[in-house]
Amino acid sequence: MALTFFGLLLVTFLIGRVVPVDPVLAAIGDRASHDTYEQVRREMGLDLPLWQQFASYVLQVLKGELGKSVLTANTVVDDIKRVFPATMELATTATLFGVAFGVPMGVVAAVNQGRWPDQIVRLLGLFGYSMPVFWLGLMGLLLFYGILDIAAAPGRVDFANLDVVETWSGLILLDSALQGEWEVFFDALHHLILPAAVLGYLSLAYISRMTRSFMLEQLRQEYVTTARVKGLSEARVIWRHALGNVMVPLITVIALSYANLLEGSVLTETVFAWPGLGQYLTASLLAADMNAVLGATIVVGAIFIGINLLSDLLYRLVDPRAK
Amino acid sequence: MTQLRAWLTADTPVSRNHARAIQAYLSWRALASNPLTMIGLLIVVALVVFATLAPMLAPQSPVAQDLTQRFIAPGTQYLFGTDEFGRDILSRILYGARVTLYIVVLVAVTAAPVGLLVGTVSGYFGGWVDAALMRITDIFLAFPRLILALAFVSALGPGIENAVLAIALTAWPPYARIARAETLTIRTSDFIAAARLQGASGFRIVVGHVVPLCSSSLIVRVTLDMAGVILTAAGLGFLGLGAQPPLAEWGAMVSSGRRYLLDYWWVATIPGLAIFVVSLGFNLLGDGLRDVLDPKSS
Amino acid sequence: MSQPLLSVEGLEVRFHTPKGIVEAVRGIGFEVGREKLGIVGESGSGKTMTGRSVLRLIRPPGEVRAKRMVFDGNDLEAIDEVAMREIRGRRIAMVMQDPKFSLNPVMKVGDQIAEAYLVHRKVGAEQARKRTLDMLAAVKIRDPARVYDLYPHEVSGGMGQRVMMAMMLIPEPDLLIADEPTSALDVTVSMQVLAILDDLVTQRGMGLMFISHDLNLVASFCDRVIIMYAGRIVETCKASELKQAKHPYTQGLLASLPRIDRPVGELSVLSRDPAWRDGPVVVDGKMVG
Repeated sequence: MALTFFGLLLVTFLIGRVVPVDPVLAAIGDRASHDTYEQVRREMGLDLPLWQQFASYVLQVLKGELGKSVLTANTVVDDIKRVFPATMELATTATLFGVAFGVPMGVVAAVNQGRWPDQIVRLLGLFGYSMPVFWLGLMGLLLFYGILDIAAAPGRVDFANLDVVETWSGLILLDSALQGEWEVFFDALHHLILPAAVLGYLSLAYISRMTRSFMLEQLRQEYVTTARVKGLSEARVIWRHALGNVMVPLITVIALSYANLLEGSVLTETVFAWPGLGQYLTASLLAADMNAVLGATIVVGAIFIGINLLSDLLYRLVDPRAK
Repeated sequence: MTQLRAWLTADTPVSRNHARAIQAYLSWRALASNPLTMIGLLIVVALVVFATLAPMLAPQSPVAQDLTQRFIAPGTQYLFGTDEFGRDILSRILYGARVTLYIVVLVAVTAAPVGLLVGTVSGYFGGWVDAALMRITDIFLAFPRLILALAFVSALGPGIENAVLAIALTAWPPYARIARAETLTIRTSDFIAAARLQGASGFRIVVGHVVPLCSSSLIVRVTLDMAGVILTAAGLGFLGLGAQPPLAEWGAMVSSGRRYLLDYWWVATIPGLAIFVVSLGFNLLGDGLRDVLDPKSS
Repeated sequence: MSQPLLSVEGLEVRFHTPKGIVEAVRGIGFEVGREKLGIVGESGSGKTMTGRSVLRLIRPPGEVRAKRMVFDGNDLEAIDEVAMREIRGRRIAMVMQDPKFSLNPVMKVGDQIAEAYLVHRKVGAEQARKRTLDMLAAVKIRDPARVYDLYPHEVSGGMGQRVMMAMMLIPEPDLLIADEPTSALDVTVSMQVLAILDDLVTQRGMGLMFISHDLNLVASFCDRVIIMYAGRIVETCKASELKQAKHPYTQGLLASLPRIDRPVGELSVLSRDPAWRDGPVVVDGKMVG
């Protein structure tokens, strides 16, 4: 785990060094004198051997310093703290959507293997794997916002509601509910639905496929026969006995799905003007703000690693055999 | 014709090549029995054909602007309509197929051999070689693919070659894992021991024996991955980091059409549909290949 | 024998596979009363399918047909699924081969047993727990309260089979089907488990269908024996009269068993006569057909 994080830092460090832009020039402009150049270069530590630079880089990151954003002039850490909750709100809602629909769909598909419910679920899943998420988002906007006018415009809340709620957690739904600002709450919900559904569809595709696969495997096991022999209803056999065993590996799948959604959110946030980490990353990219880009990459990578760890832990908790 | 068929369905092969031919024919029959797989194959073949013959098939040059013909809806004159610069979208789609094919082939050709090599060497030699290589693989696997590709492209600068490099750099780890897993199962087999007793060097064993046996599961994985590669490449293009204008790239086309989505829906919708269909084709084909070549992995 | 519990006639089980129809059971008939009936056969003889078809556990692509399959007045083929579920567990139960696989890995064993009770009796959880502990004691498990909270992977093979028996006997069924109940156990453990099974079945006056490939075991444990081969019953006889078996297959099986009191230079190997597949069978001590 620590080694992977270390590797992550190494890769981002190297990426930073590969940039064809001279960081000294970027800092002082190209009209400074030679002496100033040398001075700044020494200050930035760029005259030290590479491994020493890397060591100090690692120390910096571990201390929580990710540098300053050229674009916003804030520290990258502050920027990320500001934008991250939006992404988390989106990813969490999308995952809930994916689980709430994906798991039952997978179960139904497995129980009806070969028949039309199975075919439909598999087809839906296949479409989800093949669809570019940004295109799906656009099509969603076109249909539900442009034509049917039931979805909200891109963005997190209406312009009028922008600063009504104080930022406590950064999760607008939570903050507005806690502060009793119900109009903002429902507005935020209205804006959340379409992007969450779009991302949620991707999550659903993955989760339903894995649920189906796990379920098929469990239905072949002897304990399922035992449950039937006891005289249990088929519903109980499936939803209590088989699904109980499916949940064990499924926890890992759900965690991975959450992590994958972080990736998908980069594109979805752009489409829906959602002010989250993804949009921050792309904006910084287009502005060649390397500190911000690398900082965000490190954060996302760290979250990925963290989620993997968490899913391992959860697996151990849920599977009695692993205790 | 029936003589050929009889030869291909014979029970006992007369030569090594005959055996290979029989095997190939049986695999083909199994593949062809699945209609969805055939649709996937059709799509992939269509991609190759359209991409190769784009200059001949496209009614216009993909970069020819005609500002008097802006935003014409799809119809008889322009099959897919025109975009904000009056360019024929059909032609742009066809040339975009070239870009897509280019990316897919380059990524497959670079990432797969690298992954295969790393995996087989790692699995066969074991020890610290294995540990070191797998650490590196794990680090790359721990990364969200698009994010890492974004970071690379931001460092190297936008452009189609850099996009390919970035994607390939994130694509090889799964192949290394598969190759390694296969190698580990084969490594202790008797026929490998026999080859070693005959004096074959480690290198020769890896290349001559282990690699061919990994190839079927690898082919399946690569095909399925290509669907994801297309989506990642389109994503990069959408963000403006892939092929640069005026090169027709489907993701970039969706991005530029986005502004006019509500009024002129076809500019963004049709390129996205092309991405979807091609990705679907690779998925269908890959699924079918997996059922035939590597059923235990499903 | 007084009114039999289970009466089967003309039972056929076939499977529709892509490669054609596989006939697992090709028209057999037998009766089980409150006695221990052994069903012996090798793999592929159809003995397991026979057990499963009684409980209507065979699903498509399997197909079950019978001229007659009656349990205590219930036509097992005709009744609907709801009625069948009443019978499963409550009237007819089944113990399977390997507790490693036949117990739910993520549920405590005690809960699994209690569930078998609760499904057929509307009682409170406390009552069910008490009954479960009693049942665990009945299968000679010491410290039932501790075992109640264990998971299947935490119990040994012998204990697992006893848990399985507790689970199947707690609703007090009339007929128990035991499908290779000791095949996954060591010999000594197997003896213990069988002794407990014998006790319980006799005490409760139950009928037992004991399915096994082990002729010796079945002969010593059961009252009557049915020998199956290639989906048909080739011989039926009392366990005590097994030595006088008439069908060449049975005789071949008996001859190939090593005997400590009759050492031979070379064990005879059963050679299968293709005529046995459709040829005459032994009914009531006489070759018929």
